[in-house]
Amino acid sequence: MIKPRDDKEFQGCGIFGVMDRSGKRFNGEMIVEAMKNMHVRGNGLGGGFAVYGLYPKYKDYYCLHVMIQDWNEEAKMEVDRFLDANFDIVHDEEIPTNEDANVENPPLFWRYFVSPQKKGEDKKLSDDDYVIKKVMHINTKIKDAYVISSGKNMGVFKGVGFPEDIAEFFMIEKYKGYIWTAHSRFPTNTPGWWGGAHPFCILDWTVVHNGEISSYGTNKRYLEMFGYYCTLQTDTEVMAYAFDLLMRRQGLPIEIVAKILAPPMWDIIDHMDEKKKKLYTTLRMVYAPLLINGPWTVIVAHHGEMFGLTDRIRLRPITAGEKGDLLFLSSEEAAIRAVCPDLDRVWTPHGGEPVVGRLNEKALKKVIG
Amino acid sequence: MKSHLLPDFVVERIEERCNRCGVCVKQCPWGVYSWNEDKTEILIDYTKCVGCQRCVVYCPNKALIVRPYPGSYRPNAYWTKEVISDIKKQAEQGGVLLVGTGSDRPYKVYFDHILLNASQVTNPSIDPLREPMELRTFLGRKPDRLEIEIDGDDVEIKTELYPNLVVETPILFAGMSYGALSKNAFLALAMAAKEFGTLFCTGEGGLPKDMREEYGPVAIVQCASGRFGVDPEYLNCAAAIEIKIGQGAKPGIGGHLPGEKVTAEISATRMIPEGTDALSPAPHHDIYSIEDLSMLIYALKEATNYEKPVFVKIAAVHNVAAIASGIVRAGADVIVIDGFRGGTGASPKVMRDHVGIPIELAIAAVDQRLREEGIRHKCSIIASGGIRCSADVVKAIALGADAVYIGTAALIALGCTMCQKCYTGKCAWGICTQDPNLAKRLNPKEGAKRLVNLLRAWSLEIKDMLGGMGINAIESLRSNREQLRGIGLEEWELRVLGIKGAGE
Repeated sequence: MIKPRDDKEFQGCGIFGVMDRSGKRFNGEMIVEAMKNMHVRGNGLGGGFAVYGLYPKYKDYYCLHVMIQDWNEEAKMEVDRFLDANFDIVHDEEIPTNEDANVENPPLFWRYFVSPQKKGEDKKLSDDDYVIKKVMHINTKIKDAYVISSGKNMGVFKGVGFPEDIAEFFMIEKYKGYIWTAHSRFPTNTPGWWGGAHPFCILDWTVVHNGEISSYGTNKRYLEMFGYYCTLQTDTEVMAYAFDLLMRRQGLPIEIVAKILAPPMWDIIDHMDEKKKKLYTTLRMVYAPLLINGPWTVIVAHHGEMFGLTDRIRLRPITAGEKGDLLFLSSEEAAIRAVCPDLDRVWTPHGGEPVVGRLNEKALKKVIG
Repeated sequence: MKSHLLPDFVVERIEERCNRCGVCVKQCPWGVYSWNEDKTEILIDYTKCVGCQRCVVYCPNKALIVRPYPGSYRPNAYWTKEVISDIKKQAEQGGVLLVGTGSDRPYKVYFDHILLNASQVTNPSIDPLREPMELRTFLGRKPDRLEIEIDGDDVEIKTELYPNLVVETPILFAGMSYGALSKNAFLALAMAAKEFGTLFCTGEGGLPKDMREEYGPVAIVQCASGRFGVDPEYLNCAAAIEIKIGQGAKPGIGGHLPGEKVTAEISATRMIPEGTDALSPAPHHDIYSIEDLSMLIYALKEATNYEKPVFVKIAAVHNVAAIASGIVRAGADVIVIDGFRGGTGASPKVMRDHVGIPIELAIAAVDQRLREEGIRHKCSIIASGGIRCSADVVKAIALGADAVYIGTAALIALGCTMCQKCYTGKCAWGICTQDPNLAKRLNPKEGAKRLVNLLRAWSLEIKDMLGGMGINAIESLRSNREQLRGIGLEEWELRVLGIKGAGE
């Protein structure tokens, strides 16, 4: 396994997201077709998918997708022991894969459906924070074992290859979900390794990201103060932690978070009415270290919500499309058109303007409960 | 006693150009030039020359050349001319050697061993001529997070905010007192700060009453160990208050403004009798520990209704990171770190040249420590002492500063030529003097124009450098050490600076 060797990786990518806002689940065929359309945006060094509404049978349990590098039996046993000691394992199994798929040296993938068993000091933690803590333990302390997704009723499938190869390997056409996001990588400085592919996931939050963050050092050093250590050294990790801090921990909605990560220019803010000006000025003043500079597009999803956002001067645009309850987000319009030629609406949002898809109320009750 | 000293400079006159107009006689305050008895010839005593170049610039016929005195002792790498001269001076005078300006010793300049990054291919550089490039900077304490209440379209901030200052470029004028500076130089700094949207620091000499209304809002008023000029109106008219603990040029010692400089107006501003020496003690006599500092910080906040940020300025010394951490916890909103290159109007030479540490290392260490302790956002950091150009500003910010103070560079913009004779009160450029005939040489309006030009020029250059890195807001440069690489540095130096070597 070759890990990233520079201080961070540089990459171009293709990203895609599709959501059915009525909560209807559909299989992975559509998103694979869309990603094939953007084949040249990747170079075969990484592809992956996130699916929401994946495991309705076990929807009350955290599902850990664990990658065992080099099929290391010792690592697998250690993960088993660790999970057994800290969780009730309701069900676990190898994730089925297609041996004929066009991928090289795939690791072993296992999934565990678990419920937290908190002890001692850990009792003070919320379930979510407990799961994060245990996931961090596996990722940093158990050699060759990586938790690649850890949310309820969702999962991430990713690896080294073009997205269509990864899809074939995991046979994702058999899975169904109401949100799908996907990523195709074009890293310029890291030979791909399976753990470095995207989506990046923590709890049920996933991030697919395209771009290079020129404010990386500033953002990283600010996040460190809040206990986030960027161990993978990728821009995506910075992005994911910023969303986790602002949205999950601080409870800010994406409409506000967008103005922190990709704020309007001072020239615009100075001409706003007093109240708005004060809000935008304060956001920029307090959260200045979380302005994400440079070219980027991101699609973030968690249960009930998917949104896309681009950098403040739209150096990496995103295209959005709508057809009935379906909302599409993509690096390129052609990929949306390839899977849905008769769109109701298609548009390219301004930099810093989030495109947000949320489950409608009926679906929200049905899916989240 | 006959002086054994060699001259510092020699003055050469190009005879065919000189028409004996006498401008040099008028311009030189050091007594180098004088008329002979019948005013037919100008005599030159170059042993008195300090090399300020005033006569050269103002000679209408360009007939003068002033250069270092070429004669010297037997060359010796250890017993240099400077060492020999200092010993001779002290043998003749028996006192502490005084100097002005920052240290001129050839210590390693870390700024010159750091290179900047630029974007190529994987992300685009941003063209500052076509795209907005933002330098606006906030100085002061920030909360851990914002609590926001959303009711439909109505968004309300629930978190109580601390007072912050806004500057339109991350460059402020460092504390230089009225008393050390002429009124005109002091006024030029205030006028330029106001025009450009930045701030100037009064130093410890107070703020003249006639300047408070107009320039108070752009003034950082200093409260130093002598407490000169401190009263409630002084504190409340200002943008911020700075407690000066120490200064890079002379860490650990106080200051001394000789009585001959304490004119009527300076006496009124400093609130001391005319003609008396203004002595600043080495320590504040009410601050003998960190909790005493905290008490002064909160006393000043109480006196100003918690509406003004309180700065604390310290010299960069060996344990600067731990000291800075204590200062943040004591309640300071902004910490000013003054490196050992920092300037002064007067300092014992031995202090200036041997005490303190470089600002680059100090900023990196302080920023790192505050982050490790999770309190970096609770204060802003201003890097001060030896900032020479816009690249130094960019490097200081990427190492962890929020903004910089410039003192020496501002004075050079006003005319200073670094002759190091500030303490004599005879500044030929009208900057560091209370002699009305010399002070009037500096027109405050023209001085302010030069300062504004300098700020504008540096700001444009900073925008170019940011654009090259693919950054369009200065806050994305702060502590962004990935944009820096070291060259010609040892492993430990790279470690302290928190940067990689070039090519890594």
